[in-house]
Amino acid sequence: MSSGQTTPPRARKIGLDGEPTLVAPIPVGSAPPHSRAGAAARNGRSSDVSAGSPPPATSVVERMTIEGVSLAYGEKWVVREVSLPVRQGEVLALIGASGSGKTTLLRSLNRLTEITAGATRAGRIVLDGEEIEQIEVNDLRRRVSMVFQQPNPFPMSIFENVAYALREEHSAGRRRRRRSRRELEPEVIDALHRAGLYDEVAADLDHPALRLSGGQQQRLCIARALAVRPEVLLLDEPCSALDPISTATIEQLIVGLRAEVAIVIVTHNLQQAMRVADHVAFMHLGELVEYGSSAQVFDNPRAQRTRDYVGGAFG
Amino acid sequence: MASEHALPSPAATRGGRPRDSVGSWPLVDRVAYLLCWAVGIGLCAIAGVIVVFMLVKGIAYVRPILLVQSPSAGASEATSGGFLDPIVGTLLLTAIGTVIAAPLGVAMAVWLNEYARPAWLARAVESGVEMIAGTPSVVLAIFGLLVFSRPFLAFLSQTSAGGSVFGRSFLTAGAIMALLAIPLILGSTREGLAQVPAHVREASYALGKTKATTIRRVLLPSVRPHIAGGVTLGMGRIVGDTAIVVILLGATLRLEGVGGLPGLSTLRGTGGTLTSYVKYNSPAGEGNAPQKAYAAAFVLLIMVLALNALVTRITSRHTRHMR
Repeated sequence: MSSGQTTPPRARKIGLDGEPTLVAPIPVGSAPPHSRAGAAARNGRSSDVSAGSPPPATSVVERMTIEGVSLAYGEKWVVREVSLPVRQGEVLALIGASGSGKTTLLRSLNRLTEITAGATRAGRIVLDGEEIEQIEVNDLRRRVSMVFQQPNPFPMSIFENVAYALREEHSAGRRRRRRSRRELEPEVIDALHRAGLYDEVAADLDHPALRLSGGQQQRLCIARALAVRPEVLLLDEPCSALDPISTATIEQLIVGLRAEVAIVIVTHNLQQAMRVADHVAFMHLGELVEYGSSAQVFDNPRAQRTRDYVGGAFG
Repeated sequence: MASEHALPSPAATRGGRPRDSVGSWPLVDRVAYLLCWAVGIGLCAIAGVIVVFMLVKGIAYVRPILLVQSPSAGASEATSGGFLDPIVGTLLLTAIGTVIAAPLGVAMAVWLNEYARPAWLARAVESGVEMIAGTPSVVLAIFGLLVFSRPFLAFLSQTSAGGSVFGRSFLTAGAIMALLAIPLILGSTREGLAQVPAHVREASYALGKTKATTIRRVLLPSVRPHIAGGVTLGMGRIVGDTAIVVILLGATLRLEGVGGLPGLSTLRGTGGTLTSYVKYNSPAGEGNAPQKAYAAAFVLLIMVLALNALVTRITSRHTRHMR
């Protein structure tokens, strides 16, 4: 469990090692450094990334700021006063034992906590200078998309699973024309490419998605989440239902994707956090205990509770 | 090969650990076990006897001509004609009932499972549906007659020269038949919706989809086999019911149209189904042509068995795709 303490981890030189916990807020009104149109121009192909130490991402840009966020279900606070930066160009891993509030925190970033009756939130979450309450919720969820613990393709073809994400909602006033398959095809194929799945399913785009293997289904879910060109990608224990080989494929994919999208991953698997994360936030019983670079948190944790957790004393 | 000796064959290990022998069980358990067997075998035997008996009796009397000839009020087996009209009546009534029941049942299931707000209304709807499911169809039929005899619903059926509304037609009977099918369709659809994991809905919301889109594009396709199963069960209920046919369809031998418009006249008119035809021709009925009754019962049985086979097929084919 504690290989991080004995083996020196890979050096990561992206200039952010040992960051303090607190984060400077993005000045209100500043232009988003990477617009969605800009993201569309970048077209990183995950297959270019090999396993092992990932090449450092070229630039690191703060996309999302979590400031003093507390979350409660009914009367019970499950997350208290957490502040974290979410940056494009790096992977942020949330680690901690069950009940530490990491999944709840993740789900608050795209306001998915709101579908739970009785959930309340305090504090600010800012996406590219805009508070997430100010963004229409379905727009927000397209900009901050999410992949779940269980692979959950919809009961439709592989193509339609991705196309479903791309077809925009009819908003009340203006009815949009339903986009045809021909129009959507380049985007669907591109999303499947970026999720590293296209070569395996190119001939079977019309087959039911539920016939894919678990690992392929999860990569399809990633393709679906990437298709809308999100600014932030949330991953909630994306490999916990998968075998080691599929897990390795997806980890490689995550490392490759961080240049084009800010990634937050919740994981129970410390080795996985070590392999994919640039920064790690350790949470315990709803509180953020420690935040720092992956190397610092695993090799030289400041807090005793972190030392105990990464050392395998509990969790 | 060596490895074959090392491992016992899969057949020998099938079933896991060896079974305890029933003889070692306590007496009460042994008696209960035997009773379970006896009841199971008894039920299978009864079902088998019904099917075999009806097949033998039916095949003896079924003639192809009976399927294409209209019935007539003859006094003997030879002059009473076939049962084309009851077959058409059964199909028509089932179609009307299903067309009304399927959308209502599915919509109510979706509402109960996905919205159910306000809670008191959801509870009221649930108990209402349970009550309808438990009400004998003859009670529903009498109630239907009461409702559809109101003057403002005269367009659904015939109005006599004296101005009183008849209340009996394919439309009115079909509407009440729908009440028989709705609880089955609703139950089956709800069961399917309850099986769709919450994270599948959340995955759709997380793509920026509204609840309505999620229901239309993700949930309803997921429960399609459940809907199909429920609809087929509901059709079975409609095909098999007699009380509503006798009271609300008139149970006439032939389809009696009302008014001049083709099609609509049949819908507003009276008729009969295979069930009412069997009753009419049975030794207990006015027609008293038992051979016709057996032949019609045979056709009815085949229709119901075909529907059941369809249910099994639909549900088994799709379950392996569900998680």
